Amino acid sequence: MTEHPTDYELIIRPKYGLLDLNWQELKEYRELLFFLALREIKIRYKQTLMGASWALLQPLFTMIIFTLIFGRLAQIPSEGIPYPIFSYSGLLIWTYFSNALSQSSNSLVGNGNLLSKVYMPRIFIPTASCLAGIIDYGIAMSILAVMMVYYRLVPNITILLLPVIVVLTFMLASGMGYWLSSICVKYRDVKFILPFFIQMLMFVSPVIYPTDIVGEKLQWLLYLNPLTGLIDAHRACILGHTPVDFVSISISTVLTIVIFLSGILYLKHTEKDFADLI
Amino acid sequence: MTASKKNEPIIEVKHLSKQYNIGVDRTYKTLSDSLACAVKNPLKTLKESFKPNNTFWALKDVNFEIERGEVVGIIGRNGAGKSTLLKILSRITHPTEGEIRMRGRVGSLLEVGTGFHPELSGRENIYFNGAILGMKKREIDEKFDEIVKFSGVEKFLDTPVKRYSSGMNVRLAFSVAAYLDPEILVVDEVLAVGDAAFQKKCLGKMEEVAEGGRTVLFVSHNMSMISSLCETAILLEEGIVKERGPTGKVINAYLNSGQEATGQIIFSENHPGDGEAILLAARILDKDGGPITEARIDEDIFIEMEYELLKNDMRVYANFHIYDSYGQLVFVTSDSKLDYRSELKRKAGIYVSKCKIPANTLNSNTYYFTFALTDVYPLQVHFYEKDLLFVTVNDPIEGVFSRPEGYSGPMPGAVRPLLEWELYKPKNNKFGDAL
Repeated sequence: MTEHPTDYELIIRPKYGLLDLNWQELKEYRELLFFLALREIKIRYKQTLMGASWALLQPLFTMIIFTLIFGRLAQIPSEGIPYPIFSYSGLLIWTYFSNALSQSSNSLVGNGNLLSKVYMPRIFIPTASCLAGIIDYGIAMSILAVMMVYYRLVPNITILLLPVIVVLTFMLASGMGYWLSSICVKYRDVKFILPFFIQMLMFVSPVIYPTDIVGEKLQWLLYLNPLTGLIDAHRACILGHTPVDFVSISISTVLTIVIFLSGILYLKHTEKDFADLI
Repeated sequence: MTASKKNEPIIEVKHLSKQYNIGVDRTYKTLSDSLACAVKNPLKTLKESFKPNNTFWALKDVNFEIERGEVVGIIGRNGAGKSTLLKILSRITHPTEGEIRMRGRVGSLLEVGTGFHPELSGRENIYFNGAILGMKKREIDEKFDEIVKFSGVEKFLDTPVKRYSSGMNVRLAFSVAAYLDPEILVVDEVLAVGDAAFQKKCLGKMEEVAEGGRTVLFVSHNMSMISSLCETAILLEEGIVKERGPTGKVINAYLNSGQEATGQIIFSENHPGDGEAILLAARILDKDGGPITEARIDEDIFIEMEYELLKNDMRVYANFHIYDSYGQLVFVTSDSKLDYRSELKRKAGIYVSKCKIPANTLNSNTYYFTFALTDVYPLQVHFYEKDLLFVTVNDPIEGVFSRPEGYSGPMPGAVRPLLEWELYKPKNNKFGDAL
């Protein structure tokens, strides 16, 4: 820090501007983002008997229950592939998204002492929660691989899209997390609304049912949900049972970018008051 | 490095003000509350948010400059705006008006161990806490061994910190902070941690930092610490810079500010108290009954409160709470003349409760006195006036019996009572004759 002592000048003024992103600073603090994410990963399964295997068990148990209820009892169609692998592939990315969203939304309030006692880019706190979840996603992916061998499903070339879809899902969870965590600093109501919101979101996303179960006329409604394109494409690109729908993934990409950028702006706009409100 | 830049002050604070909203509930608000309010009565809500008395200026038009390498103490009573100033300088909260220019990187220590997680090991917490304070991983790697050595928790480095004693926790946390190496260091009263030995070590480290040519801003209530560490100081009073200059001068201004300096407060209006009892006057007196703000360590000190009971048959007792300059409660004393088991009830009227702190009880320090009047059955506090008066106890060293003859060094401790000692030869002891 002492290498360049004089060319550095920091001016602190009241904040009014809307666009006030300091990339230089984000770059300077990037290690902290890594440490924050690492801390989340390290403490998540501390003092649990099963440790990180919870990352596997959560979607696995949900898959078993859904297979029994929706696959067997309700006989929901599954795009011509066995229902267990259909629902698991959806649940895999859904579990990542919902955990990331709920953790990032509560992250600012949960790290109140970081807000009121130190300076650092506040945006890293919800971001780290979303980053940390990717590890869990990776762990849970192993079960999908086993299931694919069992059901003899082979991915095709579109699997190269997978990283893009994971990054988009990360951006969507972060973007919504920026909005909700900033609002939560002022209005703790978010904490109570969030579980319902996430539950509702799952039912309007093609996690446990295929998109075409909804009539042609109403399908466009589903596509307004950015998760629809992401979950569909995630499933299609891994399992290779049906081509990736580039129209829906494009819609999702646009919506995701809008939510992500507006989230950054909203958080940046409200962060000046965080320490006073927390 | 251009010469002109080098000569510029490292911190320039211009017309700095910070306003806080003190609405009905400023920290916690639910959406439905504010929605309901806004819907039901939009005009009132609007009006209220513009009401001048709903806001409070924690800092008002603060101006000062700090030179490169200056070690500055910031002093003032609770609520004077010290913490707000530090928070703005550390960029935790934003000013409402004004501007600050800082020509160097800032590291701030408003709390030790921020971000410490109980489930993580000492090692992991060192890295994480270091990163939070703005250190780079490479920097922490370099200083890691020193940090561990300074903290003295080598053996427990891989134990989760939740298994640490609170002392170990604090030592580890401070050690990370101690190796923070910015050009401007902003420190809140974090040194009041750990045992005496560790405090001394921390103080040594702070002195080292100060002598190392770094710019330090240091907030403390401990005047002896301020005067030993800082060459200049700033006195804040109700959000305004009251005094700025050499430490001794500023500390004097602080100790003599307000009416407290007279050693007595007489409330002619706005008496503290409730509908049953009110405080009329508070005094600290010497043996001749004159109000004092200073006393020799070997002189008696008298504290006195004059109060009026507005109701008959009250069973109140007067009590004083004595705090030292570290903010530590030294003791509480209450009127022992009145025995409540005997159902003593007093008539309405004016009373004086006076208490003597015998010579050689307090140490050489500044003590703050809280004046309170309490009911026991049922428990009710009629008034509780914190830090109304203070007295500085001086130790002239010469002729003071509570220190060893010929020793003039520091005598630590919250109190320094003169106790009774005996010296004799034990019977049936082979070493007995050695005396």
